[in-house]
This record gives sequence, C-alpha cells and structure tokens, in this order.
Amino acid sequence: MAAVTRLSLLVLLLVGALVAPAFAQDGERIRGQLTAEGEGVPDVTITVSLDGEPVGTGVSDAEGEWFVDLPGPATYEVTIDVDTLPEGVQLRNPDRTTLEIRVGEGATATALFALGEREEVGPILLQRIAQNTVNGLKFGLIIGMTAIGLSLIFGTTGLINFAHGDMVSMGAFIAFFFNAVLGLHLILSALIAVIVGAVIAGAIDRGIWHPLRRRRVGLISMLVVSIGLAFVIRHVILFYFGGSRRPYRDYTLQTGIELGPIRLQPVEMWVMGLSVVILIAVALMLTRTKLGKGMRAVADNRDLAESSGINVERVVLSVWILGGGLATIGGIFLGMIESVDYLMGFRLLLLMFAGVILGGLGTAYGAMLGSLLVGLVSELSTVWFSSQVKYVWALAVLIIILLVRPQGLLGQKERIG
Amino acid sequence: MSSDAPAATDPLEGIAPEPGVAKPDPILTIDGVKRSFGGITAVNVDHLEIQRGIITGLIGPNGAGKTTLFNLMTGFDTPDTGTWRFNGAPLSGVPAHLVARRGMVRTFQLTKALSRMTVMENMQLGATGQLGERFLPSLIPGLWRRQEREITARADELLARFKLDHMRDEYAGTLSGGQRKLLEMARALMVEPELVMLDEPMAGVNPALTQSLLGHIKGLRDDESRTVVFVEHDMDVVFDISDWVVCMAEGAIIAEGPPSSIGQNAAVIEAYLGATHGQAPARRRKQAGGTDQ
Amino acid sequence: MGTVIFFDALRTAIGPTAAAYALLAVGLNMHFGYTGLLNFGQVGFMLVGAYGVAITVATFGGPLWLGVLVGIAGAVVLALILGIPTLRLRADYLAITTIAAAEILRFITRTSGSEPVTGGVFGLRQFAGGFYALNPIPPGSYLGPLSISHGRLWTMIVGWGLVAVFTLLLWALMRSPWGRIIRSIREDEDAARSLGKNVFYYKMQSLVLGGVIGAVGGAVFAVSLQTVQPDTFLPQVTFFAFAILILGGTATWIGPIIGALIFWFVIAGMQSALRRLSDAGQLPEFFGSQAVGATTLTFVGLLLMLLMIFRPQGMFGNKREMQLDVK
Repeated sequence: MAAVTRLSLLVLLLVGALVAPAFAQDGERIRGQLTAEGEGVPDVTITVSLDGEPVGTGVSDAEGEWFVDLPGPATYEVTIDVDTLPEGVQLRNPDRTTLEIRVGEGATATALFALGEREEVGPILLQRIAQNTVNGLKFGLIIGMTAIGLSLIFGTTGLINFAHGDMVSMGAFIAFFFNAVLGLHLILSALIAVIVGAVIAGAIDRGIWHPLRRRRVGLISMLVVSIGLAFVIRHVILFYFGGSRRPYRDYTLQTGIELGPIRLQPVEMWVMGLSVVILIAVALMLTRTKLGKGMRAVADNRDLAESSGINVERVVLSVWILGGGLATIGGIFLGMIESVDYLMGFRLLLLMFAGVILGGLGTAYGAMLGSLLVGLVSELSTVWFSSQVKYVWALAVLIIILLVRPQGLLGQKERIG
Repeated sequence: MSSDAPAATDPLEGIAPEPGVAKPDPILTIDGVKRSFGGITAVNVDHLEIQRGIITGLIGPNGAGKTTLFNLMTGFDTPDTGTWRFNGAPLSGVPAHLVARRGMVRTFQLTKALSRMTVMENMQLGATGQLGERFLPSLIPGLWRRQEREITARADELLARFKLDHMRDEYAGTLSGGQRKLLEMARALMVEPELVMLDEPMAGVNPALTQSLLGHIKGLRDDESRTVVFVEHDMDVVFDISDWVVCMAEGAIIAEGPPSSIGQNAAVIEAYLGATHGQAPARRRKQAGGTDQ
Repeated sequence: MGTVIFFDALRTAIGPTAAAYALLAVGLNMHFGYTGLLNFGQVGFMLVGAYGVAITVATFGGPLWLGVLVGIAGAVVLALILGIPTLRLRADYLAITTIAAAEILRFITRTSGSEPVTGGVFGLRQFAGGFYALNPIPPGSYLGPLSISHGRLWTMIVGWGLVAVFTLLLWALMRSPWGRIIRSIREDEDAARSLGKNVFYYKMQSLVLGGVIGAVGGAVFAVSLQTVQPDTFLPQVTFFAFAILILGGTATWIGPIIGALIFWFVIAGMQSALRRLSDAGQLPEFFGSQAVGATTLTFVGLLLMLLMIFRPQGMFGNKREMQLDVK
C-alpha cells in the first residue's frame, strides 16, 4: 500500500504543482493553414489582436497549420509576420498582411493567407541541401540530448520508458510556466525548469519504478505502466495549458543571419552550440567520473556491477535524474526553435526511438549518433519530398535497421540463454 | 555408487581416449565450430563426434562453453564459423524448431516448465505433427480429437513413469524444482527424439529425487535406445552413468574418454585446478539453479 | 441529473463505438493477452480497416463488402510488414515499431499529397449508405429512455454481433492445440522452440489475426460514424483498448466485452457529469470542453497504471494463474 500512497502523492505533485490552469482553451479559436506549392510552410508567426491589443500568437507547424485560442467572440485582426516567412515565400498580395475575422460564440474561424510561388534563386538545390543539413544537425542534437536518457534508462533497467517524450514536454512547459506565465526571463526559467524536471524524474523513479522493480514486475507490465504515466503527464499538461502551440516570450522573432548558403537565427546557433557543449559534457561525465563509469557498468552488465560493489539502485536513480534534466533541456531547446505544445514530446519520442535503435539500444554514444542521423534523414528528406511526411522517413529508417541490423550501429549481438 | 556395467558389447571398446577421436557410429559430428562474444572465445571445437546409443557426459569448469555449445548445436545460437551434422545431414543454420523435429531435443539449465499451463498441457505440447496445431483445422475439434486422445494417453504413460501422474492437472508452476526437471525431461520425450541433450539435469534437484532422475536417464539409453548428452558438475553422477566423458575448457575439447580414464587425465585436472571460477572435479554437489521447494 | 447521466453513460456503453473498441480489444487480447505480443499500434490496424471501407466506397465507388475485404487485406499486409522485422526480437521492438507504424499511417493519410485518395485532413464521408440500406429495422426510436434511432440500433446489432463472432472464434482457437502453442509462447518461447514449434510462424499468425479483428473494428467504427478523419486515429485509441482489455481481464474470452462496457460507461458518465456540471456553472470556469477531455484522458492513464500495478489480472482474470508468473 505504500506504493499507492507514493503514487497518489506523485500524482498530486503533478496535478497540484500548478494551482490553476495558466491557459484554458474553450470554444473560440482562429486557425489557418499556410501552404506554398502544396506544402505546409512551418515556423511562421501569426498574431491575433483585438482593438490593437495582441491577444495571442500562433506559430505554424510542419504542415503549415496554426491556431490561436481567443478570449471570446469578437472581430479580431489577424496579422502575419512576413519576416518569419521562409526564403522565397511571399504573400501573393503583399498588402494583405492583416485580415479582419469575425468569430462567433464557441466557433472556430479560418483565416487564409495566400502565399505565392517560391522564387528560384541561385543554385537552389545545393543551398537547400546545405540549409537542411544544418537544420537536421540542429534537430538531431536535440533528439540526441533527450535520447541519451531514454537509452541509459533502458540500459540500466531494461525498461523502454514510453513516458520519456512526455518528460520532454513537461520540461518545456515548466520553463513556459516560469517564462510566459510568471514572467521570468527564459534563461532563468530554463535553469529552474531543469532542476524541477530532474527532481520530478527522480521522484518518478523512486515513487513508481523502484517499487515495481522490487516487486519484480514483468517487463511487459512495466511498459504498459509507462504508457499510462505518459498519458497522465501529457493530459495534465493539456489540462493546464490547452492544446495550442505557444512560443516562449524571449528570443522569438529573430532575423536570420546569412552564413554563406545558410540562414540561421542567433537563437538556433546558441541552441546548437549549447547542445554540443552539453553532449560533450555528458560524454566526459560518462567516461571520466565515478558515477558515469557506474552508469556504463550497470548498463553493460547489471549483475556484474552489483557484485562488484556498485549501488545499482543509486546509479539507476542518477540515470533518471540525468535523463530528466536532459529531457527538460531538449524540450526547452525545441520550444525555443519551434514552439511548445503538449504533443511535442510524443512526436519527439518516436524519433528518439528511431535514434536509439539506429545507434544501438542501451548505449549512450549510439543514442547520440543515431539521433543525429535521424535528424539529418528527416530534414534532408524535405529537399526532395513533402515536409508533411518528413518523420515518415525517420521511422522508415527504424524499420529498415531492425531488418538488417537489429542491434543497431554501435550495439553488440546479445547472448542467448 | 558402483559404476554401471556397460552394455555387453561396448561400442567404444578400444577407442583411443584423445580429443576429437573418431567413433564407429557417430550421431552428431562437429567440425570447426567457433563462437565468440565481444572478443572472448566461448566455444572453439575443432572436431567432436558423439556416439549413437550411449550416454555421453560433458564436463568442464564454469565458463568452459558447455551451454553455449548446446545452444549452438540446437539452433538457439549461431556460431561465427563451423559446421555440424546430425545423422549425416548438415544441421548448420537450421532453426531451433527444425532441429527439434529432426530428433535432437534439448532441455535447459534453468528449467523452462511452462508454469501457467498444467503438467498435462506441458506434455501435450511436446507431441509433434499435431493436426490441431494448424490454424484452420484447430477450429474443427472433430479433426484432431482422436489424435489428442492418443497424445494424452502417451503423455499419461510418461507421467506415470516419471511419477508425476498425481500432478497431472496442476499448474506446472506448483511443481518443485526437481519435479520441473522431471517434467522437462518427460516433455522432451514427447517429441520422440533420437538424441536428448540435458543441460545440468541434476542442478537444484533434491537428493531424494537424484536417484530416480539418474534411473530415468539410464532408461533412455537402455529401454528406449536413445542417445543422451548431458552437462553435469557432479562427478559422482558423471562417472556413474556416462559411457563416455568429454571435457571442455575455455571453449575447446581438452580430453575425452571412458569415465575411468578421465579422472586421471592430466589436462582435465589442470583445467579444473587452473580455472579461477571452476570447481575441482571433487565429489561434491553443485549448488546451482533453483532450490528444491 | 443523476438519471440523465446514467442514461448517457449506458447509451454510450452499449453503443457502436463501444462495440468497435471491444473489437480492438479482442484483437489486442489475441496479441497481448494470449501471445504476449506488445502491439502499441492497434489503432493502425483500425485505421486500415476504416479507410479500407471509406476509400473503396467513397473514392473508387466500389461496394461496401469489397471495402471491408480491402481493409482486412490491408491489415494482413500491415501485420506482415511489422512482424517480419520484429517478431524475432525482444517484445519492446514490436511495441516501438507498431506505435511508429500507426503514426506513419496517420501522417500519410493526412498529407495533402494523398488528398485525392484519403481526403487529407478532412477525411472521407458518404461511404456507409450501403450498410444503412440493409437495415431491416423499421424507422423509430428504440429501447425506451435511451431513445436509440433505428440506424444506431442496426450498427449496434452488427457491431456487437461481430464482437460475439470474434470472441467465439478466439475461444475456439484458444482451447485447441493451436491455442496451446500460443500460450506456451507467451510464457517462454524458447521452451516452445525446443519442442519443435515454429514460434515465429505462430506469432505471425497471432499478429495477423488480432490485426484483422482490429481492422474489422475500424470498419464498424467508420460505418457507425459515417465519416473518417485521420486525426481520429491517434495513438491514444490503442491505449483505450489496452485499458479496456486490462480492465475486463487479459487472456479471458469475456474480458474485452466486459471491459468495453465498463470503460465506456465510466468514461461517458464522467464526461456527461463534468459537462453538465460545467454547464450548470458548478465547476470553475476554466473547466471547459478541452479540460473535460484532458481530465478523461488523465483518468485513463491513471487507470492503466493502477490496474497494471495492483490488479493486472483485471476484474475477471485468474488471480492464481497470474501469481504463478515467476519472472
């Protein structure tokens, strides 16, 4: 019964952490889809105002879809930020940057911005390959950061944590809460969020997984429990923050800097740079410190590590704390370069799976390598194929690697019996 | 324990006790089988022949590669290189279930009694060629009921022989460790194998049951003329029931010969004394596997 | 208000959607309950069944029965694609691959590129006419206070009828020697292999069969709603089916039926109660429709966790059998 108490405490913690929902969406909404050449145009900012006062901002997703939840029925001005349109994409009528939209009670209205053809400028193919390679690395670094925790948790406990993606969303939203709701600067919010995220991850291990491991609950049952946990986290976020995509308050709407064929916003450069630094730090931690060596030893052979005097449960707890912290950072970075929404982590989870299996389940370096490749594959696919199906390629890689080399690129064949 | 008198005409009489020696009627022939795990060679057998119709004991210190050799031979693992033949037909690369159907059935060191099925269901599962195991015929009980009755009758006979008949309708999970070993052996016999490979059949078995288990193993040879290969640590047992003993160390065959010659073999003594984790071939019982509850 | 909520809940619990979910759960019972296969993408099979009907009829103008066959054939192909790479590996690889495949299917159906065939994000309509044309029930309102239309009653009868057919099929299979092999695989596939059983082949049969049942559930779902949209087929659907199965009892023939009835009764009752309280102004104002949905889904998550931890045998599962799980 102690487990019940712990579990309910944990749930209370999750639910009670935020006393009242920061945002709730009910009824009125303006939505739209931005497409050019039949493909969605992502990352475009749209602001909705009422009598000149902004009431909300939306950012288009990979399919070009966006929406903004509204405070009530009224006639709103919807403005597209033309600076956030990608290179070569323009409004068909450059004067129509603002539309007036009437929204009735509980209704969802659609605002349409017609976009023109992409301009064919210069050696477009090479340029797009270069740009998408950089985007792929950027995305891959974020996947990698979150996937290390997933892989190490699997390595040390044998559990595939289906709630890992939602730990990413949770981290992003903790930062969002401090940043957009309480008004702290994003850097401060991020630091607080990393600590909170790591502590919650540790609490999840102690409160749920540790007792289940002690009761020797089977692997399959544990996987179902992790799915249940994922559900709880995801929908608690939905409850408090609603279903829309939201940007952080800082570092949005930056102008890109041209670097040869590539255009990057400063925030993207910072995210990439910091990701590299963090990944190197984690690698050093794993190889140089006693704790890191312990983690690798437990992941390698749990029984052997235990018999050689390593406190396995403490190592596992550290892995969860590390994984929770990294998931939070990954979530915040993803939120900074795109936006935050309650499904962001789940979408990322599938790519993390592809990354860790590609690299080799249970290995930290494999997770990094595999994730980079997954990021590259999905972003580079958009050079030739529709961006709406870019995740499909990454997931196809997952199935192919299972067919030809199920142990992954860096994994070793398992011994049977 | 007195040594069991070998069969009147010992087929291995006069065979030289040296590793890889040729035998008059081998049921299993292994050539150049190698398996390594991340740089450590687990099995490296140049040549080994298993004589038909006798009991061969496979010994060696822990980590000598005995279980890995079993896994390789029965298709549960794949070697890096090497070939082996069973009844003259190549068996390399044949999947485990086909190995069993060809007549080579193994048991496991940690018993794999299916605990959430009854003892009888465990037995019935062993029978091969069941029509009711095919998808569409399984839906028409009339097609397989007669065969099921025959299988059940055969299973009942075996259960009676192995003194498990009183547990017939209990879940296998309620059996003691020794009873599970018996069940696993009986279940293997339901497949009608020519060659039975027993991985540590005595491990974790309560001494009261040991004698009956040994009797059953001898019975496989004497009453049913099956071939038996078994892995065992208890030298009393090995010397008691084996007709021939093969000793492995560090993956290779280091000695083979009749039991009488193996105890004095210098290579065997060295392997046991030299091996850090091993036990000397002293006459003591290995405490491994599950306990006998 | 209590009576109204009760009838709301009952109406949903015996409705065609609950029957469709019961079919998904029957399929999962084959996979997860009997064989031990962890299919986290049952919704993918459902999608194939639903779109099989919708595309055949609405896009290509074929007959309904052909649509159902197309859906079933699609489910067989999907099971083969998923099973061949993963069924030789650890259980979790199948889980990852199936959840990923279900999402791939949803992405593909909703892209603008497939709009001519699948209708993209807007989905397809007007494919169920052939089904309702067969309705022998005279127009009217049935079952007293539940006031169920003759069309809904017809889908309910067919839906639950199919649940009964597949339940019977599984029951017959599982008591045959075929079922014995399936159960042995759930417990220890190496043991089955050592006895000459082709484990891969049986797992594949199980995956195909359970997937086909899921596809039939998808067809029932599509026909009863008379519309398909890609975003109905979210991963959460699979976990509703898991909750239903575990609630009713895995590896029992009646589990999916009891589970679906109870699950939808509770969910619909909860949603109805929350909505009515919200409308009556008795809930904090932030408790809007999205919050009601989120609360329901959080509840499903908690239900899954708590059942799996404290009552894995479900309400009708064999406790004794569960306790023998030595691993």
